[in-house]
Amino acid sequence: MPEPQSSVASSGSVDRLRNAFGGVLCTFTLLLIGVLAFSIRLFSVIKYESVIHEFDPYFNYRVTQFLSKNGIYEFWNWFDDRTWYPLGRVIGGTVYPGLTLTAGTIWWLLNSLNIPLSVETVCVFTAPIFSVNASWATYLLTKETKGPGAGLMAATILAMVPSYISRSVAGSYDNEAVAIFALIFTFYLYVKTLNTGSLFYATLNALSYFYMVCSWGGYTFIINLIPMHVLLCIVTGRYSSRLYIAYAPLIVLGTLLAALVPVVGFNAVMTSEHFASFLVFIILHVVALVYYIKGLLTPRLFKVAMTFVITVGLAVCFAAAAILVALIASSPTKGWSGRSLSLLDPTYASKYIPIIASVSEHQPPTWPSYFMDINVLAFLVPAGIISCFLPLSDASSFLVLYLVTSVYFSGVMVRLMLVLAPAACILSGIALSEAFGVLTRSMKFQRPTLDDVSSTAGDGSSDTPTNSEMVSKEKPSKKNRKKDRDSEGSSPVDHRTEEKLLVLPCGPSAVGIMLLIILSGFYVVHCVWAAAEAYSAPSIVLTSRSHDGFHVFDDFREAYGWLRHNTDVDDKVASWWDYGYQTTAMANKTVIVDNNTWNNTHIATVGTAMASPEKAAWEIFNSLDVKYVLVIFGGLIGYPSDDINKFLWMVRIGGSVFPQIKEADYLKDGNYRVDTHGTSTMLNSLMYKLCYYRFVETDGKGFDRVRRYEIGKKHFKLTHFEEVFTTHHWMVRIYKLKPQKNRVRGKLKFKPSSKTSSMRKTGGKKSPWQ
Amino acid sequence: MATMPPPLRRAAALLLVVLAGVLASTARADLVISKADRRVDLTSHIVRVLASLKVENVGPDPVSQVLLAFPNIQAKNLAAIRAFGSEGKVKGQSTVLPIQVVQPSGAPPELTFFSALLPKPLEKGKTLYLDVLTVFTHSLQPFPEEITQAEAQLVVYQDSAHYLSPYPVKAQTLAIRLPGGRVESYTRHPNAKLVDSELKYGPFHDLPPFSYLPVIVHFENNNPFAVAKEVIREIEISHWGNVQITEHYNIAHGGARLKGEFSRIDYQSRPYVRGVSSFRHLIAKLPPRAHSIYYRDEIGNISTSHLWSDSMKTQLEIEPRFPLFGGWQTTFTVGYGLPLKDFVFYSDGKRFLNITFGSPLEEILIEKLIVKVVLPEGSKDIEVSAPFPTQKWQEVKYSHLDIVGRPVVVLEKPDVIPEHNLYFQVYYKFNNISLLREPLMLISGFFLLFVACIVYMRTDMSISKSSPSYLAKLQWDEVQATVQKIQGIFEQCLAVHDKLEASLRDLSRTGDIQSCKAARKAADAQFKELSKDLKPLLTTLHSSPQSYQIWPKVEDLIAKEREMQEKLMTRHSTVVDSFEKKLRGQDVENRIALQQQKIAALRQEVESLLEYISEI
Repeated sequence: MPEPQSSVASSGSVDRLRNAFGGVLCTFTLLLIGVLAFSIRLFSVIKYESVIHEFDPYFNYRVTQFLSKNGIYEFWNWFDDRTWYPLGRVIGGTVYPGLTLTAGTIWWLLNSLNIPLSVETVCVFTAPIFSVNASWATYLLTKETKGPGAGLMAATILAMVPSYISRSVAGSYDNEAVAIFALIFTFYLYVKTLNTGSLFYATLNALSYFYMVCSWGGYTFIINLIPMHVLLCIVTGRYSSRLYIAYAPLIVLGTLLAALVPVVGFNAVMTSEHFASFLVFIILHVVALVYYIKGLLTPRLFKVAMTFVITVGLAVCFAAAAILVALIASSPTKGWSGRSLSLLDPTYASKYIPIIASVSEHQPPTWPSYFMDINVLAFLVPAGIISCFLPLSDASSFLVLYLVTSVYFSGVMVRLMLVLAPAACILSGIALSEAFGVLTRSMKFQRPTLDDVSSTAGDGSSDTPTNSEMVSKEKPSKKNRKKDRDSEGSSPVDHRTEEKLLVLPCGPSAVGIMLLIILSGFYVVHCVWAAAEAYSAPSIVLTSRSHDGFHVFDDFREAYGWLRHNTDVDDKVASWWDYGYQTTAMANKTVIVDNNTWNNTHIATVGTAMASPEKAAWEIFNSLDVKYVLVIFGGLIGYPSDDINKFLWMVRIGGSVFPQIKEADYLKDGNYRVDTHGTSTMLNSLMYKLCYYRFVETDGKGFDRVRRYEIGKKHFKLTHFEEVFTTHHWMVRIYKLKPQKNRVRGKLKFKPSSKTSSMRKTGGKKSPWQ
Repeated sequence: MATMPPPLRRAAALLLVVLAGVLASTARADLVISKADRRVDLTSHIVRVLASLKVENVGPDPVSQVLLAFPNIQAKNLAAIRAFGSEGKVKGQSTVLPIQVVQPSGAPPELTFFSALLPKPLEKGKTLYLDVLTVFTHSLQPFPEEITQAEAQLVVYQDSAHYLSPYPVKAQTLAIRLPGGRVESYTRHPNAKLVDSELKYGPFHDLPPFSYLPVIVHFENNNPFAVAKEVIREIEISHWGNVQITEHYNIAHGGARLKGEFSRIDYQSRPYVRGVSSFRHLIAKLPPRAHSIYYRDEIGNISTSHLWSDSMKTQLEIEPRFPLFGGWQTTFTVGYGLPLKDFVFYSDGKRFLNITFGSPLEEILIEKLIVKVVLPEGSKDIEVSAPFPTQKWQEVKYSHLDIVGRPVVVLEKPDVIPEHNLYFQVYYKFNNISLLREPLMLISGFFLLFVACIVYMRTDMSISKSSPSYLAKLQWDEVQATVQKIQGIFEQCLAVHDKLEASLRDLSRTGDIQSCKAARKAADAQFKELSKDLKPLLTTLHSSPQSYQIWPKVEDLIAKEREMQEKLMTRHSTVVDSFEKKLRGQDVENRIALQQQKIAALRQEVESLLEYISEI
């Protein structure tokens, strides 16, 4: 006989208390998730120090410093004359200001409360703070789709997903850190508007989209994904007034707001990335009109009207499309920016724009990088997709669409793995939550069922028909409901009753829970490892552990510090563009090219100089008013991402503009080598000489620890450059352009060949007292 | 010496001027220096001269001051001067004599005079032993001014072999201690001799006042010429138990400038030959129990430093990011915390900070030192007592939730050398209760935040009381209240069901059919009552436009519950009947098994429906 349950006496007040308790528990869990998201990103501060990481963050940091020192109006008008010499760069109009303004605001707020944090500290911790926000936004988005349980699960997963950690550890002060939050939050507000049909949320959505536009160029993903979803809804017959409210204000307000951002400006209506949204905007209105007319007219009349409208509409559409196509075709890139084109056509960049292809984060990812970045989520995502289809609502279809598109984009460009990560987290959260739900429920309701089964062993056969009957009864009712109204509110309970009957046996469900916990455990372990070991290195300080202890390689800052203090404030420093941002930020020197690769010709000039022989290079650099040349050299300690390994890109980019540089001259039988098999062009190039100048004297053989062979040309002298500084581990070498020799009177007649003059120069160098 | 470097020429010119001055001046007072031994220490870039004088009063009148003369060219580099005097036949207890700048009448303008005031006038025939320590900066001129990486740094020092004094000197010697290493040249003189690294001039006898014999030493000095262009030393007192010191340095190598290339390979392979003139580390002697020490610059932590500590001191060896060659410079910040009780004391109702003035770095010359003492917010009656004259002013600093700001005492002094590392005091009044201001502020801030949250949640913030959304919200609230009531009724129903079940169990245990029947009757009555209660609620719910979402559920619930009631009743009556008929337990079980299952299923459904409704 079944036993009475003890909690029968629960009344309304107890229930309310339970709700309140659930709310408190949920808030507390969210707080803990926040703590987790923040603290897992502090490994870099604990293991290294509180410092800005890598390349781009240094630029953002410099801009933030400028903003905090000079104020917002100066910032908008800032013309930076310390980069892209002699062109300069209008920072205010070419930078996505979201991150800078965010950190600047935080700094200003703290300082007005007399909490004296430095700009650097604020910048270092901006990314972890925003990853906390992002995990809360994930909670909201998932909750809006699948309830708070899935929300909490997804938030937890996102709090520690390695892909996002890689861009948001403390010190990684980059656009993506805030942009991912903005992305998720915009999606949340879109889904929220879709579910409620509230104009309030629609307005918020437009504002959130504006913040996203401010923060990252990836906003085009939003402005293409949401139209896609709207189109999907329309095509699948899910048009509703809520859909209209969710979309139309976003496009109108969002486009107006986006045009306010200087870097976007008229691009918001001029470039092809945005056209899809306008097209869908038109379609949506047509559909809305059709629905309206359908409500007014009788079915017969409606059919007549329909045929009429379609014929006229098609004609108009064709005309409009023709105009559009003509407009787009008239622009050289078909209205698409290079990065977007390389997204649509993965081979585009490598064919036409070597500078985009040269960046490692623009390469397609490898399979292991998927496992590294989203780990077990890759296996959970399919389950999440299935769960999204049970039942398919507007919100869950949006999530599926988001996932599918982001999987494609991440496959094209490794950097966009970052966009995939939230989708994977949300779907895995849903999958895990549903799985846990099913398994724990079957554990919970196990006992009465078991009793039934044992007591009525003979009636087991009569049991199943009733179940199937009930299921079959449910199905048509659901379908009916879907037809007349949206199934939003009513579906979960049917779903629940259905599930209640889908009870698994106790043993397997316990095992299943165990397995899921172990799987989650693996994920957590992997995430912590990734956060601690893989993604925490600031890349300006390197460490290594060998048998004789712990080594710190602080060469970059040594060099930048030297440049900062011991060269004139207006001296120009030439280096490959990778180090431009760092040089301006840390050494406070004017650079020729930097990581904002807006001028291909300028970069090609530097690449050409590096690939040219010494004299030609000197002339190029001298014409650019360069005083110091900086190269990164890893051959002494085995630092692989040095300039010799990047050299082929310099050749390629240089060769794409200046035809005298030919890649073939630097390759022997298709192989790139700097040993005795290297070509003479290679061994006489400035880059080779600057990197290996007097390198042979370190060990007598000139063994390069990165390339793992002895270098080709060991003993040579520099005629037009002199070494002024080399860091402790030789990672950064700085050379100064020698001034032109005074012309000795009378020599002019003979016009000596360059060889003799260089001989004379080296001869002159020996006695500096003359 | 084939060529005379410029400073030497200048010195020769000066000599002529000085001699002219000597002729013009009359003998000062009646003092005679019977013996003068001078020791010049040139081992670092700070020149220390210790002159031991034996002063006799041969005149009739007591003398209360002793004049000390320096050529202006030296006096402008003079960083510190101290005199210790002791009277008597033999050297005894010496006292520190106050020193002031004087301009005696008739003195040549090329000389600067200091006077050491004696505690009591020197009587006739008495002898005074006077030790004068003078410290000069910038007195070692690098020559040549530019050297390559491999060259050693040569410097020139010039002084007078004769003790320049307004008094006649009977016997005197001069000893110059050199750092060792090569001596390029020195002024030859019959009584000059160079032994090891000590250059001796003298003895000289019976020289008139203002005798001047220029000597020049040109020698190798590779000691770190660490010159700080500016040091800002901030001392922040927190009465929570910490004195935080932050020192910002801007350090340069003040020696011969490096010319030509800097080759790392040369420097690495033979650092003491190729790079001998550079220095790569500095040593700071911090007070004992210093903690939380950091060393960084504007681009981050500098990872090259070592720390030793014992009960007497904390020694910090810091290496700048790169070795400093002549003319190179760098900036960095050193910070550390000290325990409050070691440095702040309490006396006569006032607190005072007692801490050293200068920088803890050894053998460093600070061209401009700014000491800022940040007192806690709310300090009053601030006074400073420093052992030497400094520029003083006050500022206000805002930090950590300050409202009125913290008073800052700023002291500025040029040319600070290790000799200035003396204790100075800052007196102030501070009430301990002020300590609680900031925590209380935080607490009240959070309190207000929570209160604001509560107020926001509890009040009706809508602007228009007649807007459709507001009305809808009101209706929705009503619906919710109704739904809650309905829920309560259903809970009661379920409780009644349980009572029925319990009565059945009692029956099987006791066999009391009557009480079981009574229970059924009671349950029936209760059901009726509850359904009566339910009716008005349902009508209100049905009439409300907001309930369209819930209404089907509620209807469903009611139907399910009815069914369950019926089933329960039938089962109850069946069981009671079979008891009356005295059927076997097994048969009873069989008869009700099907019902049992249905009831269980229904109950689950009802419960899940209730749960769903409660979630809305």
